[in-house]
Amino acid sequence: MEFFERFAVPHPSPAIYASMVAIVLVTVGIIVGLTYFKLWGYLWREWLTTVDHKKIAIMYLISAIAMLFRGGVDAIMMRAQLAQPENTLLDAQHYNEIFTTHGLVMIIFMAMPFIMAFMNLLVPLQIGARDVAFPRLNALSFWLFFVGAMLLNISFVIGGSPDAGWTSYFPLAGNEFSESVGTNYYMFALQISGLGTLITGINFITTILLFRAPGMTLMKMPMFTWSALTANVIIVFAFPVLTIALLMGTMDRLFMTNFFTTTNGGMDMLWANFFWVWGHPEVYILILPAFGIYSEIIATFSQRNLYGHKSMVASMVIISLLSFLVWTHHFFTMGQGALTNSIFSITTMAIAVPTGVKIFNWLFTLWKGKITISTPMLYTLLFIPIFTIGGVTGVMLGMSAADYQYHNTMFLVAHFHMVIIPGVVFAMLAGLHYYWPKFFNFMLNDKLGKIEAWVISMSTLLAFMPMFFSGLDGQARRMYTYSESTGFTIYNMISFVGAIGLASGFVLLVYNVYHSTRYATRNIPSDPWNARSLEWATHTPIPEYNFAIVPTVDSTEAFWDAKENGHVLYREPYTKIHMPNNSGMPFILGCIFFVWGFSFVFALWIPVLISTIGIFACLIHRSLEKDHGRYIEVEEIKKIEQAAGARR
Amino acid sequence: MLKKPILFASFLMSFIMLAGCEPLLVLDPKGPQAQTQAKDIILSIGIMSAIVFIVFIILAYMVYKYRASKQPADYKPPHIEGNLLVELICVGIPVLIVIYLSFVSVDSNNKVENPPEEYANEEPLVIYASTSNWKWHFSYPEQNIETVNYLYIPAERPLEFKLYSYGPITSFWIPQLGGQKYAMADMVNTLHLAASQPGEYMGRNANFNGKGFAENTFDVTAVSQEEFDEWVNEVHSNAEPLTEVKFEELLEPGHVGRSTFTGTHLTFLPPPEHNHGGSEEQNEHETHE
Ligand code: HEM
Ligand SMILES: [Cu+2]
Ligand SMILES: [Cu+2]
Repeated sequence: MEFFERFAVPHPSPAIYASMVAIVLVTVGIIVGLTYFKLWGYLWREWLTTVDHKKIAIMYLISAIAMLFRGGVDAIMMRAQLAQPENTLLDAQHYNEIFTTHGLVMIIFMAMPFIMAFMNLLVPLQIGARDVAFPRLNALSFWLFFVGAMLLNISFVIGGSPDAGWTSYFPLAGNEFSESVGTNYYMFALQISGLGTLITGINFITTILLFRAPGMTLMKMPMFTWSALTANVIIVFAFPVLTIALLMGTMDRLFMTNFFTTTNGGMDMLWANFFWVWGHPEVYILILPAFGIYSEIIATFSQRNLYGHKSMVASMVIISLLSFLVWTHHFFTMGQGALTNSIFSITTMAIAVPTGVKIFNWLFTLWKGKITISTPMLYTLLFIPIFTIGGVTGVMLGMSAADYQYHNTMFLVAHFHMVIIPGVVFAMLAGLHYYWPKFFNFMLNDKLGKIEAWVISMSTLLAFMPMFFSGLDGQARRMYTYSESTGFTIYNMISFVGAIGLASGFVLLVYNVYHSTRYATRNIPSDPWNARSLEWATHTPIPEYNFAIVPTVDSTEAFWDAKENGHVLYREPYTKIHMPNNSGMPFILGCIFFVWGFSFVFALWIPVLISTIGIFACLIHRSLEKDHGRYIEVEEIKKIEQAAGARR
Repeated sequence: MLKKPILFASFLMSFIMLAGCEPLLVLDPKGPQAQTQAKDIILSIGIMSAIVFIVFIILAYMVYKYRASKQPADYKPPHIEGNLLVELICVGIPVLIVIYLSFVSVDSNNKVENPPEEYANEEPLVIYASTSNWKWHFSYPEQNIETVNYLYIPAERPLEFKLYSYGPITSFWIPQLGGQKYAMADMVNTLHLAASQPGEYMGRNANFNGKGFAENTFDVTAVSQEEFDEWVNEVHSNAEPLTEVKFEELLEPGHVGRSTFTGTHLTFLPPPEHNHGGSEEQNEHETHE
C-alpha cells in the first residue's frame, strides 16, 4: 500500500484528475494515430535519430511552444485566482505548486529551448558550416532537455509537484518542510536538462571557434553568432555551479546529508548563493541571444548595417563578465551589511551601461535607414520601449536600500516580466516570424502577425504595469490570496485582463500557424526579406549539407556584400561532402536517463542501479563503435543544387 | 539638472494618487528608515522616467522620419560604422547617472543599516522577532514580555529587531516603517527601525515559507512612550506566563490568533548564537560566502 501512496498525488483536485485523463487520452491518441498512418518508421528515421542541427532546432522549437502553453495555463490560473480577493479557485498548496512550476517551465523549459532552437538553426548557417562540431552530442543535448521537461511535467500527476518556488530555497525545500517528492522532481528535471545545456555550451563554443568559413574573423562574425558565443561561454561557467548545487540538494533530500539544512552546520544561505551564482548569469544566457536576434532583424528591416558593431560586441562581452558579479542583489536583505550591499548595488547598476549602449545602437541603426515594418520588425520596435521600462526598474531594484522595500513583492515580479517578456519572448516570436521560412519553407501571415504583436505587447503592459503599484502598496509575491481591505483588488483585476489578452495573443499565433500552413504559398524565394547574413544565402528548403560550397567571407555582412557589392561567396569547385550518420543512441540514452531520474525521484534503488549501468553501457558502446559517417558525392550535390535552383 | 526628473516624479505621483486615492504604503513612510527608502524610490523614478522618455522620443522620431514609405524608391541607406562622439555620449551619460545613483545608494545603505540618526540620543528598544510556521513571536527581553502575531511599540524611539526563524527563511517587513530583512534559523539578523508617529501599521512575512504564507501577517501598533509603559504594566498584571510547554505548542505549524505572555522564550530556548549585525562594525565577519 505504502508503495502506491508514494505515487499518488498528495492533494488531488478535479483539475489534476482532468489533466490525468487528458494526458492519457493524448498519449493514446498519438500512439493510435502514428500506428494508423504508419508513421513510426518515419518518426524514427527522420526525427528521433536525427543529428541534423536544423531538425534538432525544429524539435526544440516545438517543445518550447508546447511549454509556453503549459506555463501560460499556469499563469492564467494564478491571475484568475488573484483577480478577486479571497478567491477559492485554487487552494494554497495548489497555488504554490503552480507558481513553482510556472517559473521553472518558463525559464528552463520554454525560454531555454527557444534560444536553443535559434542557436541550432542559425549558428552553423551564419558561420557557413555544415553542422555543429559534435552533431551526435547535439542530439543528446536535445533529448536530455526533453527528458528533463517530461520529468517535470509528469510531477503533478505522479507523486506531486515541486512547491518551494523555482528558487527552491532551503530549508523550505528540505525534507522537513517539503515532504512530497515534488522537490526531488525539481532536482532531477533540472539536473538532467542542465547536463544537456552544458553539453550544448561546449559544442557551440567549439563550433563557433573552429568551424567558421574561411575569412570570417571573430570581428566579422554576425551579431547573432556573437551573442550565441557569449551566451555559451556563460553556460560553461555557470551550469557547473548548478550541477553541484543540485547534487548537494539531492544528497540532502535523499541521503540525509546536511549541506543546506539548518541542523548540523548546514547553511541555508549557501544554497541561495549557489543558486544565484548560476541563476543570475542564466538570465543573460537567455537575453543575449535574444539581443542577437533583434540585431539581425533591425538591420534587415532598416536596410542598413548594424550601428556600432564593435561596441555591440564589446557590450555583450562586458555584460557576460558583469553577470557573474551581481548575484547577491537577489538577497540584499539577507543581512550581509552595508558594505557588501553597496558593492553589489554598484555592480548591478553598472550592467545598465552596456545594456543602454545596445539600446542606443539599435536606435541609431534606424537612423538614415529605410524602415519597413513587417511582423518581426514590429515586435522589435515594440520591444525597445517596453524593455526599457523593465530595464530601468532593474536599476531601481539595484539600489539596495530601496530594494529592502521592493524585495519579494509584486514590484519585482513586474520588473522581471517586463524584461523577460519583451526581451526574450518577443525576440523569440520576432525570430519565429523572421526565420519561419528557413524552418518550414513558407511564410507566416504578416497581417495576422502584426495583430498578434500589438495584442501581445499591449497586454504585457496591462498585465504587468499594475504590479509595480501593488508591489509598492505592500503586495508580497507568491501570496495565494489577500483580503479586500488591502486594496489590491483593482490592480490584480487589471492584471488578469492583461493575462487574458496575452493568452489571446498566443492563440492568435497558433491560428496564424494553422492559417499559413493551409493557405500560404510554398513558392517563396530563399531570401524573402532581403537580408544581410549568410543564413539567407542557403536554399529554401535548406539542403542537409547547408552549403554546397563553403562560402568565403570578406566582411561582417557577407551575404549583403555578395548581393550589393559584388563580393564572391563561392570560390571553390564542388567537392564531396562528409556528413554524420543518424544515430538512435542519443534518444535511447535519453530514455534511460528518464528511467534513471524517475527512479531517483522515488528512491527506487534497483532501477537506479540498472539504468546507471545502462548509461555507462551506452557510453562504452559509443567509444567502441566504428561509424565514420558518409559522403555525399559531387554528382548528387549537383542534382540537389539544380533542383533547388529550378525551384526558385 | 534635476528639475526635469522631479517634474516627472511629481507627475507620476499625482497619477498614482488619482488612480489609487490612497497613497501606496511604501511611498507613505511613517519612520525615518522608510523615509530614506521612499526618497530613493521617488528620486530613481524621476531619473528613470527621464531615460524612458528620451528613448521613447528617439524611437518615435527615427521610426517616423526614416520610414520607407516616406522615402524615394531609389534611396539607399548608407553604411555607417559608428561614431566615437555619439558612443562617448551613450556611455558617458549613463555612467554619470550610475555614479550619482551609486553615491545615493551607498549613503542610504549606511542609513538603513544603522540606528536612525533622528533618534540617536534615545536608548533603542530591543525586540526579538522570530517566526515559526506560520506565526510571529515577539519577545521584549527588557520588559520581560512576549506577544504572538502583534507588535506594540513606542513611537519616536529607535527599535532594534533581532530576527531569526524556527523553520524556513522568512522576511520581517513593515512597509511604512522600513524595508524588510530575512529571519533565518541559524543566525540572528539585526534590523533598525523607528516609527515617527503613533498609528496602526501592517506587518508581514514577505518571504515564501509554505502553505500558510499568505496569512503570515502581524499588526503593529505604535503608541507614545507613556502608553507603551502602561501597556507593559497591564500585560504584567493580566497575562499568563510563557511556559516551555506552551511555547512548544505554539511552534507547531498552523495559524493562531494574537496572544500575550509574561516572560519570554529567550530564557529556555535562546536564539541562535551566530549573529549577523546590520551595522558597519560587525559586517566584515564570516559565513556569508
Ligand atoms: C504569459 C504571461 C505571464 C503571466 C500572466 C505571468 C504571471 C505570473 C505570476 C502571477 C507569477 C507569480 C507571482 C507570485 O505570486 O509570486 C509569476 C511568476 C513567475 N513568472 Fe510569470 N507570467 C507570465 C509569463 C512568464 C514568462 C514568459 C516567464 C519567463 C520566461 C515567466 C517567469 C516567471 C518566474 C520565474 C516567476 C517566479 C516564480 C516563483 O515565484 O517561483 N513568466 N508569473
Ligand atoms: Cu540577478
Ligand atoms: Cu546569514
